Amino acid sequence: MATPKFDVTKHILVPKHTIISERERKQVLEKYNITYKELPKILVNDSAIKHLKPKVGDIVKIVRASLTAGETIYYRGVINA
Amino acid sequence: MDDVLKEYSKQLPIKIIDEVKKSVPKNVSKSKLKEIMENILEEYKSMKVAFGESVGLISAESIGEPGTQMTLNTFHFAGVSEMNVTMGLPRIIEILDCSKSLSTPMMEIYLTSPLNKGKGIKEYAEKIKETTLGECIKEVSVNLGNSTIEVETDDNKMNILKITKNKIIKIVNTSLKGYTVKESGNLIILKPRGKEDTVNNLFKTKEKIKSIYVSGIKGITQVLPVKKGEEYVIVTAGTNLKEVLGMEGVDSSRSFSNDIREINSILGIEAARQSILNEVTKVIDVQGLNVDVRHIMLVADTMSISGLVKGITRYGVVSEKSSVLARASFETPLRHVINASISGEKDELNSVVENVMLNQVIPVGSGVPKLVVRKE
Repeated sequence: MATPKFDVTKHILVPKHTIISERERKQVLEKYNITYKELPKILVNDSAIKHLKPKVGDIVKIVRASLTAGETIYYRGVINA
Repeated sequence: MDDVLKEYSKQLPIKIIDEVKKSVPKNVSKSKLKEIMENILEEYKSMKVAFGESVGLISAESIGEPGTQMTLNTFHFAGVSEMNVTMGLPRIIEILDCSKSLSTPMMEIYLTSPLNKGKGIKEYAEKIKETTLGECIKEVSVNLGNSTIEVETDDNKMNILKITKNKIIKIVNTSLKGYTVKESGNLIILKPRGKEDTVNNLFKTKEKIKSIYVSGIKGITQVLPVKKGEEYVIVTAGTNLKEVLGMEGVDSSRSFSNDIREINSILGIEAARQSILNEVTKVIDVQGLNVDVRHIMLVADTMSISGLVKGITRYGVVSEKSSVLARASFETPLRHVINASISGEKDELNSVVENVMLNQVIPVGSGVPKLVVRKE
């Protein structure tokens, strides 16, 4: 896929994605009492995280705008496409 | 006041804290505020969905019941009656099944200033629309005497699109092999190269000429400038999000398509999830029904959990289920049972459906906790 001329991350449908650190990663998995495999997934080549240059095995933190809570935090594990 | 609220920001959603900020008087004492917050926190905790609650079933009922009241096939006219959009139950099915080809693909293109004030919007809309040669010509005729094809161009239309005759000649030249293209007077004349063409072939080419692509964005068949609130937007039939968002004059942060698969490939999985939510809510609102967003959120989350958008079909979400019996209970039971027996699949009976089939306690509500005996 060619790089688009527009900024994907600026689109209103796209929430903010960040790759979390090793320490935070442990906290997340501990908080929800799950293993990495049980997390929801996101593809490595997903347009919204391409600029972050993710690696397979990373955890992406997503801050969504939510109608019910104002803001919610969601985590997705990066997998191979 | 902010200090106290900050303490609770980890335990309460932002929306609730904002609401407290708005409704509590400014000069409230710290201890009073703390008391209020403690009460809110307690109330909030008691409102949470209980562990083991079968939320999926409740969602299914909550979306399904209004679905029975939905008009079966309504068309919503966007502005002018020329353009119609699938709404109602067929659209809901389309979204939740995540169909590859939509019956009415559509885009809403927001524009930057000065276009969003309506200045020059008509010309701009024409520029977006996919135009074929057939639309910028008045007449095509076959001259049997010289065995040539004569094309009479429509100057009005060409002016709007800002295309010159030379450009058309160039386009025709590159897309039609074996013809020499010449301009003579107000006509464009196509002559077969080499020996004369048969009459049959000439007529075939005549039809072919009409569908040559001239300008605009491929896939967009209709455009319609519409006033939405304060500004003007362009509603299109047909989508091509990638090209449109890259165009100058388009507000690439707000324009969107109604094709969820397309959004997934261009804006990513999170955008697709959000747009499932938006599209379903839109249909339900138009019908005047009322479904809590939480139910739709659950569906959208389920569809996007694997990183790809999966429809609620036997090829999508259902095929992900780990239990053979659960899959077989949805659709095409024989196929699932046969495939499972070929590959020697094991059913752990961890979920609901298979346990209902086998008349066992289902893992829902009080059926979730298990008794474990420690062996000494």
